[in-house]
Amino acid sequence: MESAKRKDTLTRVGIHVFLILIAVVMVVPFVWMALTAFKTVTESTSVNPFVILPSSWKLDNFTYVWDNYNFLTLYINTLLMILFRVICAVLTATLAGYAFGRLRFPGKNLLFGLVLVQMMVPPQIFLLPQYLMVSNMEMLNTQFALVFPGIVTAFGTYLLKVSYQSLPKDLEEAAAIDGCNIGQRFLFVMAPLARSGMVSLGIFTAVIAFKELMWPMIACTNTTSTSLSAALAKMQGQFSTNYPQLMAAALFAILPMTILYLIFQKQFVEGIATSGGKL
Amino acid sequence: MGTVMQMAVPKINERRGHMKWSKMTKGEKTEAKWGLAFVTPTIIGLLTLNFYPIVKTIYMSFFKTGDFGRGNTFVGLQNYKNVITSGEFWGSLFNTVKYAIIEVPLSIAIALVLAVLLNRKMRFRSGYRTIFFLPMVAAPAAVAMVWKWLYNQQYGLLNQLFHTDVSWISDPKHAWIALGAVGVWSIIGYNMVLFLGGLQDIPRDYYEAAQIDGASELHQFFNITVPLVSPTTFFIVQTRIIAALQVFDLIYMMIDKTNAALKNTQSVVYVFYQYVFTYDNKGYGATMIVFLLIFIMLITVVLQKLDKKIVFYN
Repeated sequence: MESAKRKDTLTRVGIHVFLILIAVVMVVPFVWMALTAFKTVTESTSVNPFVILPSSWKLDNFTYVWDNYNFLTLYINTLLMILFRVICAVLTATLAGYAFGRLRFPGKNLLFGLVLVQMMVPPQIFLLPQYLMVSNMEMLNTQFALVFPGIVTAFGTYLLKVSYQSLPKDLEEAAAIDGCNIGQRFLFVMAPLARSGMVSLGIFTAVIAFKELMWPMIACTNTTSTSLSAALAKMQGQFSTNYPQLMAAALFAILPMTILYLIFQKQFVEGIATSGGKL
Repeated sequence: MGTVMQMAVPKINERRGHMKWSKMTKGEKTEAKWGLAFVTPTIIGLLTLNFYPIVKTIYMSFFKTGDFGRGNTFVGLQNYKNVITSGEFWGSLFNTVKYAIIEVPLSIAIALVLAVLLNRKMRFRSGYRTIFFLPMVAAPAAVAMVWKWLYNQQYGLLNQLFHTDVSWISDPKHAWIALGAVGVWSIIGYNMVLFLGGLQDIPRDYYEAAQIDGASELHQFFNITVPLVSPTTFFIVQTRIIAALQVFDLIYMMIDKTNAALKNTQSVVYVFYQYVFTYDNKGYGATMIVFLLIFIMLITVVLQKLDKKIVFYN
């Protein structure tokens, strides 16, 4: 009995040791990013002795990249892009999801087939024509260009269709008996019930937009009109050896989303997990 | 997690309603009008933003981009011939597959172990989950930057810590492994969360019965967990393979154009990007993407066939 108990404790300690080891591997890159961002170039490239902590916590790198790379503008661009994409995606997908999930209309299967096909195709196939469209509209390097590919969402439509389908029938029927037309039933009864699906889609859309690199890089080549991710790529090209400054910029870029994630962990994990591998 | 599973194999499962406008009742017509109105924004958007581009990309693959303001010229299957006979394309496809071979199995195996360990009442459970999932909300551009710095041969943390002198990402022989490792690091938490969902579906009694029979934890893992979680595993395998075949961000951010390992690491999408947006050879780039599309479709079909054979559904 005694030995079984000890073995149990041993296993538990072993599991924690393993998990902590992995956790360290996951965290070290972020910690190293932060530590480097506070160092001088000399400190960061010192090998003998190797410097782990900066000698003083200087903010020079942060102020330098903030002033020289319009970080305020980049934040505003990225925030607006995320905001517009989330609003557009949730709005269009909730309407279409409701129709596909609960209404009968001619051409439904064919139209839903379009949604499925979009989801199965590698998205790079859309890239060049989308770029040419924005270019022909003379809208490159604008806020509109950043939002453009995310105006509608096939995946979101699919997700919300499933959400609406899983809702019970009786509430909607009760509303119909009370004389609500379909628009009222959707707006006052069904849409509020599908809220959690919409929240998931919103978070998912926001994270995808935030992480996207190739589209903002080609559609918005100016550092004043692009998103955080694409701006990082540009900065790396410009001062590829000044790692303290690069790390300060990278930290600026990931900090807001990381803080939001730490506050709303549960919603983030659920929202991203429902994406089913589309990330 | 149920919704995620259904997404693996999207199927149209409603009864096929052949609806003729003339045969519909007044109520049905009203419903149809609302339905069509509600899907209109999405359908118009999909047609403009996605379907027109698919057709256009395929169309462009038959043209050569005009130089110096001349129009595009129709070249038939010339681009296809060029792509097939180009060592660069096959090289990039080979690199992409190599990357997937590192990323997919490793990230899945580690994630499954982590999920099993976390799938019990324990201290710091949600703390671990939060940390493992963290890379999912970080921009790949930033992640790639810091890994490039960690991998730096002279000053990087890795070589300093282990007193080694490895050129992690510039040696053609193993740069792809280093890239794959970053891919694994980025995606473990996500796979783990999907596995945690899948593990919920395994009935507790199986484990209880096994414990009565005196089966060890390891035994239970291989004989109960692994087979019973296989629908989730298969779903993750499928989505991860397809995502890994589209790898771009890491390679673009971590491998400089002067890097000696570029030829051994550049992926299909990376080469596509270079042709279209750097060399302005749009027709050739479009053709590469058509090939990627075909390749991904083939893999999807093969995986669907395998699904029925190897996955354990109870």
